[in-house]
Amino acid sequence: MSKKVAYYGIFAALAILMGYVEAIIPMPAPPGIKLGLSNVIVVLCLYTMGVKSAFFISIVRVFISALLFKGFVSMWYALAGATLSFAVMALLFKMKKVSIVGVSAAGGVFHNIGQLIIASILLGRSVVLFMMPMLMVSGVVTGVIIGIIGKYCVEHVKRI
Amino acid sequence: MKKGDIIIIAAALVGAAVLYFSGILSPGEEGGKAVVYVNGEVQQTISLEKDGEYKFDVDDGYNVLVVKDGKADMIDADCRDKICVNHTPIYRENESITCLPHKLVVEIEGGEKNDVDVVVQ
Repeated sequence: MSKKVAYYGIFAALAILMGYVEAIIPMPAPPGIKLGLSNVIVVLCLYTMGVKSAFFISIVRVFISALLFKGFVSMWYALAGATLSFAVMALLFKMKKVSIVGVSAAGGVFHNIGQLIIASILLGRSVVLFMMPMLMVSGVVTGVIIGIIGKYCVEHVKRI
Repeated sequence: MKKGDIIIIAAALVGAAVLYFSGILSPGEEGGKAVVYVNGEVQQTISLEKDGEYKFDVDDGYNVLVVKDGKADMIDADCRDKICVNHTPIYRENESITCLPHKLVVEIEGGEKNDVDVVVQ
């Protein structure tokens, strides 16, 4: 039990930290496209601690990093992206037909889709949806990278 | 990498390509609209895509607005200065015709972008 609590704490802290690290490292990418390093932690949790734990860590991460770094409006974007992508990732994880790379790629795509849907609701116009194809491709690319990183992390964490 | 991974990646890329090339999500050229304000309140919203003639009865008289070839023009009014009638037809975003004596304003919303950088409102 106490081991699990400790893991929760470490993973939540890491996930929050990843968001911060990513924010301070300049990325050679157009605005709106980011690697989503904290998703490494979420995927890692999914594979080491199960669906429920990973979901809580994902949600906790959104709230805390919104409070610490970003602010209230961006929380809605993050929340939509996180829940939608998590739902898809959990589903694929349960199906067991896809490896961590595929799970993460799907998560990346649906994270962007969730954010765009919220953006079109908050901005009151569906014009932003034209960015959808671009963000889907970037979601796949970043998702695959995250998945590969996650794969190596899972191997190490499972040894502990 | 499993087979499922390839399927997911391919599905996402194909989906993106389909969305991109089908253009269903593209913003599209939305036609402009002429919004008529009387006393600061919206009286009527008129599409610029359909030709037509509109008469507005205001407290002190009337104004006649004509929409033709995607442009809105005030062709007649019984106001004293006729500034609105002499105004050129409007069609670009944020252009407006004002009939000050009748407190009537016609403004373009949407439609062709204006060449100016910023309109102070």
